[in-house]
Amino acid sequence: MSWLLAAPIILPLITAVLAYLARTRPLAGRIGVAGSVLHLAVAGVLMGVALDRGVVVAQIGSWPAPFGITLVADILSAVMVVITAITGLATAVYALADVGPRENRLGFHALLQVLLAGVSGAFVTGDLFNLYVWFEVMLIASFALLVLGGQKAQIDGAVKYVALNLVSTVLFLTGVGLLYGMTGTLNMADLAVTLRAAENPGLVTLVAMLFMVAFGMKAALFPLFFWLPASYHTPAFAVSAVFAGLLTKVGVYALIRTFTLIFTEDQPFTHTFLLWVACLTMAVGVIGAAAQADFRKILSFHIISQIGYMVLGLALMTPLALTGAVFYLVHHIIVKANLFLVSGVAQKIAGDTALDRIGGLYRTAPLLALLFLVPAFSLAGFPPLSGFWAKYVLVKASLDLGAWLVAGVALAVGLLTIYSMTKIWGEAFWKPHPEGRDPRLSALSPAARRALLGPIAALAVLTCVIGFFPQPFVALAERASAQLLDPSAYVAAVLGPEAGARFHRAPEAAAAATGAEAATGAEAAP
Amino acid sequence: MEPVLAVLVGLLVAAAVYLMLARSFLLYLFGLILVSNAANLVIFAAGGLTPGAPPLIETGALAPAGPVANALPQALVLTAIVIGFGLFAFALVLAFRAMTELGTIESDEMRIAEPPEAGR
Repeated sequence: MSWLLAAPIILPLITAVLAYLARTRPLAGRIGVAGSVLHLAVAGVLMGVALDRGVVVAQIGSWPAPFGITLVADILSAVMVVITAITGLATAVYALADVGPRENRLGFHALLQVLLAGVSGAFVTGDLFNLYVWFEVMLIASFALLVLGGQKAQIDGAVKYVALNLVSTVLFLTGVGLLYGMTGTLNMADLAVTLRAAENPGLVTLVAMLFMVAFGMKAALFPLFFWLPASYHTPAFAVSAVFAGLLTKVGVYALIRTFTLIFTEDQPFTHTFLLWVACLTMAVGVIGAAAQADFRKILSFHIISQIGYMVLGLALMTPLALTGAVFYLVHHIIVKANLFLVSGVAQKIAGDTALDRIGGLYRTAPLLALLFLVPAFSLAGFPPLSGFWAKYVLVKASLDLGAWLVAGVALAVGLLTIYSMTKIWGEAFWKPHPEGRDPRLSALSPAARRALLGPIAALAVLTCVIGFFPQPFVALAERASAQLLDPSAYVAAVLGPEAGARFHRAPEAAAAATGAEAATGAEAAP
Repeated sequence: MEPVLAVLVGLLVAAAVYLMLARSFLLYLFGLILVSNAANLVIFAAGGLTPGAPPLIETGALAPAGPVANALPQALVLTAIVIGFGLFAFALVLAFRAMTELGTIESDEMRIAEPPEAGR
C-alpha cells in the first residue's frame, strides 16, 4: 500500500515540476488544476481505504518500524489529506483569475503544489523528524508564496512571518533532539509505547511543553499568534485563502497528534494548560477582530479565535470533545478559505479590502452577497450550517464535563463573531459605495467570473451539505476521535499486533469512551 | 564532555536571545543562526557522546564488537543544518529586499503592512 500513502505527497511534487516548466504559458495553471484533481482523487482513495481498514501504514523502503520512516494514515490523517486536496483544488482554480502573469512567471502554481505536498506529508507521516522535514517544505513554499510579487506590504509582512516561524522551527527541533536522547526513537507509535514507561516523567512533560510552544506558534495560539495578523492580509487572495485554510491547521493537527498519541501521561498539567490557552485564544482572537476595519484583517483574527475552539476540543480530551475538534477542523478549513476567496472578489469589483473604501455589493452584486452569507453565517455558528454543529458538539462536550466557564467563553466568542461578520456585511455589502461606484460581477470577464466564483460556490455548497446532513460527518469525526483516544490500533498497525496488544489503555478510559460515544450518537443526530 | 557542551549551548542561546531582541532584522537573523546551531548541538549531545568509537563493523562480523557511536543523531543534525541553511539564505535575501524596498530593517519602523492608527 506504500504507493497510496506516498501518492498525496509525490503527485503535487510532480505537478510542481511540470507547472514550473510551463510557467511562462497559461498551460501552467491548467497543469496545476489537473494535478489538484488527481491529488483529490488519490486522497479520496486513501480515505476509502482508511475507512475500510482503520489505519493504513507504509514502511518506506520496507525498513521495519521503528527503524525506517513510516507513513501512517488513520482516519484523522485521511480526512485532513482530503480536505487539503479540496482546498488546493479550489485555490488552483481561483488562482487562474486571481494571480497575475508576473507571479505565474515566477512559478506560483509550482510553489502552491509544493506547499500542498508539504501539508499532505505532515498529515501522513508517522515519524517526528519526518514531520519536521514536511514542516520545512511547507514553510519554505509559504515564504516564497508570501513574497511573490514583492510589494512593500508583502515584504514587511513576510519579515515578521519568517522571523517568528523560524523560532518555532528551532524549538521543534530541540524537542525532537531531547526526545530522541530520552527514548532512542522518533517513530511516533514507538514513542507512545516507550514514553508509557519513561523513567523521568518530569522531563517528558518539559519536552511536551517545548512541543506545545513550537506547534502552538504554528497554530497561532495565544500568545504566539502575532505573525498571523501581520502577514495574512498581504499576499494574493488565493495565497491567503490557502494559508488561512491549511497552514495553522497543520499546527493544530500536530498538537492533536502529539498530545493524544505521545504526550498523554501528564494530562492534568498539559491539557489543563491547553484549556486555558484555548479559552484565551478564542477570546483574544475575536476581540482583535472586532478592532479591525479591513476585510482580510478581520478574517485573519478570526482564524486565531477559531483555532481556540479546535484546541479546546483537544484540551477537554473526551470522545465528544475530540469529535468536535475534528469536525471543527474540517468545517473551518472550508469556511475560512472560502471567506478569503470572497474577499478577493470583493476587492476586484469594489476596488479595495479596507471596509471604509468599499460598499454597495449587496445591491449590485447580490450573488456575491449570498456567497458571503453562507460561510459567514457558518463561521458564526448559525443553524443549520456546518459551524453550528461544530460549536454545538464542543459546547456540549464542555457542559458534559461541567466546564461552565469554558462553555460560556465559547458561546460569547460565537456572539462576537456575529458582530464582526455583521460589520463586514454592513460596510462592504449594505452601505452604498463611498465613491458612488456600482460594483458589479459583470465587470469581470466571463472566464474570470467562472474561475473566481466556481470555487466559492463549490465550497459554499459543501458548507451547506455538512450543515444539512451532519450525521455522516459527525460519525466520521467520532471514528477519528475514538482512534485518537485509543491509539492501540495505530500502534498495532505500525509496530505489529504484539506491540498493539501490549499497549493498553486504562480500562476506565475505554469504558468512558464507549459510553460517551453512545451519547453522542443519540444527541448529535439532527 | 557533556557539561562543556551544555554550557556552550547555554552561551549560544544567551547570545542569540541578546541578538534577537536587538530590533534589527539582520541581528535577529544572526541570533537565529546561533540558536539553530545550539539546537543542533542539543540533538548531537542528546544522542550520546562516544569519542573513540566510530560505528564500524569488522570485516566478516555481523555486529560491532562493543558499544559504538550512534550515527542517527548525526544524520539528523546534518539534515537540520542543510534545511536551516536554506531557510537562512532565504531570510538574508528577504532582509536585503526589505532594506532596498522599505529602506529600513529596524523592526520598530516596519509598519507598512500594519500602519499605526491615525492620532497616535
